[in-house]
Amino acid sequence: MIWNKEMECMSREEMKKLQSERLVKLVRYVYDNVEFYRKRMDEHGVKPEDIKGIDDITKLPYTTKDDLRDTYPFGLFAAPHKDIVRIHASSGTTGKATVVGYTQNDIDVWSECVARCMTMAGVTKDDIIQVAYGYGLFTGGLGAHYGAERLGAMVVPMSTGNSKKLTTMMVDFGATAIACTPSYLLHLSEVLRDEGLLDKIKLKSAICGAEPWTEKMRNEIETRLNITAHDIYGLSEIMGPGVACDCEHHAGLHICEDHFYPEIIDAKTLEPVADGEIGELVFTTITKEGIPLIRYRTKDLTSITHERCECGRTSARISRFRGRSDDMLIIRGVNVFPSQVEAALVDVEEVTPHYMMVVDRENNLDTLEIQVEVDVKYYTDEVKGIEKLTKKIATVIQQALGISAKIRLMGPNSLKRSEGKAVHVIDNRKLY
Amino acid sequence: MTVKQLSVFIENRRGRLGEVLQVLKDNNINIVSMSLADTTEYGLLRLIVNKPEEGRDFLLKAGFSSMLTDVLIVKVPHTAGSLQKILSIIAENDIDIEYMYGLSVESTDASIVVKTNALDLACKVLKSSHIETMTPEEISSL
Repeated sequence: MIWNKEMECMSREEMKKLQSERLVKLVRYVYDNVEFYRKRMDEHGVKPEDIKGIDDITKLPYTTKDDLRDTYPFGLFAAPHKDIVRIHASSGTTGKATVVGYTQNDIDVWSECVARCMTMAGVTKDDIIQVAYGYGLFTGGLGAHYGAERLGAMVVPMSTGNSKKLTTMMVDFGATAIACTPSYLLHLSEVLRDEGLLDKIKLKSAICGAEPWTEKMRNEIETRLNITAHDIYGLSEIMGPGVACDCEHHAGLHICEDHFYPEIIDAKTLEPVADGEIGELVFTTITKEGIPLIRYRTKDLTSITHERCECGRTSARISRFRGRSDDMLIIRGVNVFPSQVEAALVDVEEVTPHYMMVVDRENNLDTLEIQVEVDVKYYTDEVKGIEKLTKKIATVIQQALGISAKIRLMGPNSLKRSEGKAVHVIDNRKLY
Repeated sequence: MTVKQLSVFIENRRGRLGEVLQVLKDNNINIVSMSLADTTEYGLLRLIVNKPEEGRDFLLKAGFSSMLTDVLIVKVPHTAGSLQKILSIIAENDIDIEYMYGLSVESTDASIVVKTNALDLACKVLKSSHIETMTPEEISSL
């Protein structure tokens, strides 16, 4: 099944023509409405009239997450506040969140894209889908929700945090699809198995995203639950989930290219790389009104192909992600930067700047332990005092990251010092 | 009279306790008594030693978080109920015990190391009940 044949199966020439028209319009729109872009383009010596087609995109400067931070909260919005109908936010590299805004048209486009992706996963209006991403500032919950409604499916807005209720309803409602993180789905499969419910579910399909996963995990999920599992990709800066998804052939993720123009660049030289070569994924939101971004560097590493897929879609496809070109971690679906931990610990006078984040996966759920060295003069020889300090740090970290971490206090000089760039992360999960 | 206890925070890592003891050995510090409060992640080593200040300094230099804590060392006669008597005096005076452990000294009496939230008061009330506490001089001569 294909949701929007016209757009998803358009010939490459027609697509290029459409993207060209949209880019020309977009560049004029941001130049006229976003001071940041007007200045940046002027500095760069490029005017809207220099952009005549999609191939001219390389004349435009890049946008990064730091630009969003520097213009916090609404500095990159192109639409006036009266036209913004929704806000979402994700983790910033330090302290402040990355804020994005949507016009009604943006929400409609987003719903359309998610509906396309869910169709790739075999979901139709006859399905009952449990959305088990977090609802709120995170784009996962509401993004999947609106897309599934657009599709006409029966949506069960589970959100996160109650596996027992979720598995019970999965059985009682006869849910046929689920949208959640792949690690959570693996966890759910164990809950279902332990409760003897595996042969009572009617699940057919899963739309998994918000964190990187491997082919091995897909096989595991599909075998355990006897379903097909699909990889949905997105990021709030560009839209949220629904930027790309893989079809039944699992031959890469189809990008909704009529809305998000992809480029792959060398993360060091910033020059474009050829199809099939691994580089950093860059998107230009060619139809977005609320917060349109030009050449936004996602920092996700992948490769691209423009060949037609067996499913009939002609849209560009990106391969499974190979890692990040920055130090961002995705823990339980939440973006975490070591710099956030560093900034949070500065406010705790008892600890030194020496810390180590240990990320692991236990029973398919991500765990985060933060080891911190306590300043010698703040040690106490009472368990109660140590526990109080541990709790204080845990609270500060929870507030900064939005996820809980286990805090382990360490003696002085017990964490390894590195001679070059400090290493602050040990990730024992094999995600790429 | 209070006595200085040498306390060391040790994260749970194989061989870490041995490293602490090695530093004390190398610097000729004699351990009179010890207790280890252990949790899954760390241990709190509490030591009564002959030279607590020196012990703390050597450990700090060797990279351990060591500190000195005031404690009482109370003599407990070898008769039934003597420990109970000491604890009830402490409790009657609204003093909380943070922790305690035994001190092994060859003599006719046993001793306990006690950390309370009000050491001076504890000292006073025990004295007025004719219960003896050990002095730092007595400890360093052990």
